[in-house]
Amino acid sequence: MSARITVSDLAAVYQMPGGDTLPALGPVSFHIEAGSFVCILGPSGCGKSTLIRLLAGIQRPSRGQAFLNDQSITQPARRVGLMFQDANLMPWRTVLDNLVLPLEVAGVPKSERLAAARALLPALGLADFEAAYPGELSGGMAQRVALGRVLIQKPDALLLDEPFGALDAMTRERISLDLLDMWERQRQTVLMVTHDIHEAVLLADRVLVFSRRPGRIAADIRVSLPRPRRLEDTYGALFGQIAGQVRAAISQA
Amino acid sequence: MTVWMEEGKRYCAVLRVVLVLCTWDGVSLRTSFRLCLVMMPCCSAVRTTGFLIMQLNAFPKSLTRPLALPQIGRRPLRRLGRRLTPLLALALVLLGWQVVVLLEVYPAFIIPSPAAVLEKAVTVVGDGRLWLHASTTLAAVLAGLGVGVLAALVLGYAIAKSSLLDAVLSPLVVALQSTPVVAYAPLLIIWFGSGLTSKIVTGALIVFFPMLINTVVGIRGVPSELRDLMRAMQATRWQTFIKLEVPAAMPVLFSGLKISATLAVIGAVVGEFVSANAGLGFLINLARSQYDTPLVIVAVLTLTVMARLLYGLASLVERRALAWQSRARRD
Ligand SMILES: Nc1ncnc2c1ncn2[C@@H]1O[C@H](COP(=O)(O)OP(=O)(O)OP(=O)(O)O)[C@@H](O)[C@H]1O
Ligand SMILES: [Mg+2]
Repeated sequence: MSARITVSDLAAVYQMPGGDTLPALGPVSFHIEAGSFVCILGPSGCGKSTLIRLLAGIQRPSRGQAFLNDQSITQPARRVGLMFQDANLMPWRTVLDNLVLPLEVAGVPKSERLAAARALLPALGLADFEAAYPGELSGGMAQRVALGRVLIQKPDALLLDEPFGALDAMTRERISLDLLDMWERQRQTVLMVTHDIHEAVLLADRVLVFSRRPGRIAADIRVSLPRPRRLEDTYGALFGQIAGQVRAAISQA
Repeated sequence: MTVWMEEGKRYCAVLRVVLVLCTWDGVSLRTSFRLCLVMMPCCSAVRTTGFLIMQLNAFPKSLTRPLALPQIGRRPLRRLGRRLTPLLALALVLLGWQVVVLLEVYPAFIIPSPAAVLEKAVTVVGDGRLWLHASTTLAAVLAGLGVGVLAALVLGYAIAKSSLLDAVLSPLVVALQSTPVVAYAPLLIIWFGSGLTSKIVTGALIVFFPMLINTVVGIRGVPSELRDLMRAMQATRWQTFIKLEVPAAMPVLFSGLKISATLAVIGAVVGEFVSANAGLGFLINLARSQYDTPLVIVAVLTLTVMARLLYGLASLVERRALAWQSRARRD
């Protein structure tokens, strides 16, 4: 149901137009246990998105390797769900048709994929919107559809690149708690990039803080808050202490 | 504005052809001058037809646009107003026309009265002549449109996907486009005869370029994020094509199709002007040589209606196919 992620000596270098090279990431090495929720924080441009793209297999590393359950990542895999800051929905498809897209591509029969999508709608808070088009949705709702589109493939691992970064604070909190809820039930491995310390500590088992470009791991902080977590936990002393630790690590990074 | 720029560009292209002919050894200055003399009226006749068609296409729209404000209250009235405006405009044109005729500014064989034109229209509809010529032209228009659009779609997709093909084909295509169709239409007649084929080829050639550009722009404009998405889902090439590229490019393809629909009419008429034994272009030439001005006007108006209907049909299909666009902009 969930997968281990191992990153070994992974680095990415971009070729610039003038012939220069731009080291964007690493080399980094780390290991993520199956079923754990890990958040990545770091300054802008330190290679977080690059890392996500490498792990998703849509970009090749310049050095090193990444593994999913001991299997080297060389191309995209259906067991990995990928989500970005923008919902990237297809504007010509309804909510329902956007949700079923991965199953459609995988060749799942129509009745099956519709059933799977309809089962997801309530948990996503989209029960009344299956026939709506993306242009008719708010930013938060669109992002929920994108989340559903990832979850419908029942992935072993989720790679989320600032999935709620474009949302306002309240929507963001609501939707991240919903994500937490769904994760508690499925326990996929999650690697999520965020800019929000509060969100990272609320969700994660572990927070990785990256240094400035080329990004390396500057701090690896365990979040020992008990689960299941609730919004009220964020007012506790332990939460504040861990958040402070993360903040300190970022300012030193 | 752009229409005039286009016009200017075309004339420059004609001049260039003339210059090339002048400096060409085998062709004497006199020959090329004669060629030019033949070409110019041909050009302007086609221009006028095309310009008329464009004007009438733009006319009702530009007048109604200010009325299409956000709809708050008084909806039925507004809608009625929008329906009536084009009719009102038409009535005004007819009125102006009638006034000019009544003032006898020009003799009747230059500007016949609306009634004379109507009478002519009834006659040629009655004896089946209009239908014969209109259906001939329509067949050429539809075939030209189909062939041109299809060729442009295939080639445009290839150019959008392959930089090699882009490098090889684009200069050729641009060169072809820079030469006015009217200039090489006689050549097409020599090659394909004066029947349907050459009209189809002329129409297809005129349609081809705008459709090609729209295809390339449409396919290149597919958001890279959505391409990544398809890649992450391990979509096959065919799936990416049919589930992403086609629907994503559809709005641009449709605007290309709408332009092409009216251009195809011009193309067919160009073919008929140069050489034909049937069709509205042929009818216009024939009527003009007999000073039957009402018949010229009837034929021109038929072309206008034909182009307008084709455009309307394309818009209708577009609205059906892209229903999600209007849904998205609802609130
Ligand atoms: N396709 C590319 N070509 C060249 N350089 C790139 C490319 N993508 C990213 N970069 C560069 O690599 C560096 C890391 O980019 P990346 O998007 O991974 O950063 P990030 O940590 O996700 O930043 P942010 O927090 O702002 O999203 C940046 O300096 C960026 O300019
Ligand atoms: Mg990023």
